[in-house]
Amino acid sequence: MAADQVRLRGVGKVFMAGVPPAPLHALGPIDLALRQGEFFAVVGPSGCGKSTLLEVIAGLTPVTEGSVEFEGKPIAGEAPDGIGVVFQEDASLAWLNVADNVGFGLRRLRLPREAKDTRVRKALQLVGLADFATSFPAQLSGGMRQRVCIARTLVMEPRLILLDEPFGALDQQTRLLMGDEVLRLWRQTGATVFLITHALDEATMLADRIGVMSARPGRLIDVVETNWPRERDSRIMEHPEFGAITARLWKTLREESLKTIGRAAGSPSP
Amino acid sequence: MSRVGWYRLLVVAAAVALLEALCLAGVIDKITMQAPHLIARDFYRIIVSGRMNAAIVKTTTNVLAALGLALGVGLVAGVLLHRTRGLRETLDPLFATYYAVPVFAFYPFFIVAFGLGDLPQILIGFMLGVVAMIVNTLNGLDRVPRVLVKTVRTLKLSPPDAALHVTLPAAGPYIVTGVKLAVAYAFIGVIGSEFILSRGGIGYEIGFAYLNFDNATMYPLILLILLASIAINSLLSWWERRLLARRGLR
Repeated sequence: MAADQVRLRGVGKVFMAGVPPAPLHALGPIDLALRQGEFFAVVGPSGCGKSTLLEVIAGLTPVTEGSVEFEGKPIAGEAPDGIGVVFQEDASLAWLNVADNVGFGLRRLRLPREAKDTRVRKALQLVGLADFATSFPAQLSGGMRQRVCIARTLVMEPRLILLDEPFGALDQQTRLLMGDEVLRLWRQTGATVFLITHALDEATMLADRIGVMSARPGRLIDVVETNWPRERDSRIMEHPEFGAITARLWKTLREESLKTIGRAAGSPSP
Repeated sequence: MSRVGWYRLLVVAAAVALLEALCLAGVIDKITMQAPHLIARDFYRIIVSGRMNAAIVKTTTNVLAALGLALGVGLVAGVLLHRTRGLRETLDPLFATYYAVPVFAFYPFFIVAFGLGDLPQILIGFMLGVVAMIVNTLNGLDRVPRVLVKTVRTLKLSPPDAALHVTLPAAGPYIVTGVKLAVAYAFIGVIGSEFILSRGGIGYEIGFAYLNFDNATMYPLILLILLASIAINSLLSWWERRLLARRGLR
């Protein structure tokens, strides 16, 4: 079994919210270990703290209780080297062309120009945007802009890639194709992938393990193993087990989702 | 040129033609205004003779000084205020009412404090322009998408790198609006001050010609200001269009 790359122990997050400010328990306690090289997805009801969990692992949000470790070192409110993040919103830099967007993070590494160009070229080829190096984000589709952001993350050669609903703004067909792309990149890079998504079928299709979160404060209430082969793509949806796994996720999640909209579990659907 | 551009040109040409006709027909008398063709002729003579070169250089230098100060101070102040919430909340109401205060009212004080040189005129141009620059820089920084701020942190950029390469470019369209306003205000401030009390500059020359019924000097100088304003504004608008088009916003 692969070694643990990320370890969360009793992680919790409390925000001060409202007027006058009052403590809001947003997350936890959560215990979780991400294995080196696995694809882990998290699903949960709206507002359960999925994105907060991702930001905690990324070092963007400090925890109020517990601890987070990446490769054995604590993450203390600063993004550690080796972690790349792709957000749901378009984070491409509109004033730079695609190649400059992709190479943007390399500026602090002080690499020779040739080395930078090689890494950018490789990342563009990985995401299939080699022919669009001189285009500007405004000239690309939403899916292509998201691929620019993925390439900007890949060019840093991260060992852990955090994806915060990266296909949330895309149509279903593009989502499936982007899912195939992510699976291919996951296999090629060997990185660990941590995906936040609200789409149960997407989680089932992509992940080795799926964590199900409760309504706020978000806790992990189930972890489902898919046991898919590493070589897979969106056609895994035809697998007889696919429906059963997705149904199990929904069974766990339905009760939690009802809580978020203020309805009791067991009440009939309208 | 686009069809709309041709229509605009046609409207201006029609207005000039109407003015020409009214002047030639005597509806507008010679003491009130010269015919446009005479204004154009005198404009050419003034430019070729170079007799207004000193005034043009003085006004241009003062406008550039006022503008440079307004842009530099406005941008830095905008960035700093964006980072200090308390100070910003204190100053926001003052910015909101700033343009209700007639800055020219301070001109006598500036003369007492700084003398009859160029400094009072530069200061008025600066005072008019700087707040437009601050307010637009703040507006732009307020609208930088949160995802870009998070991206800066995940890429571990230093604060100067983040400001220079992400937040300020992201706020670019608003900052360009601030630049456009600051240019206009710097012109108004400097030339307006030259009218009131100055010993040179285009504003002073226009005022002097007006007092001496010298229409052959006054109208060509007004035309000069008009052409300079249109040229600068067109250049800035072109820059703004290019910036917005590249971002898919126009």
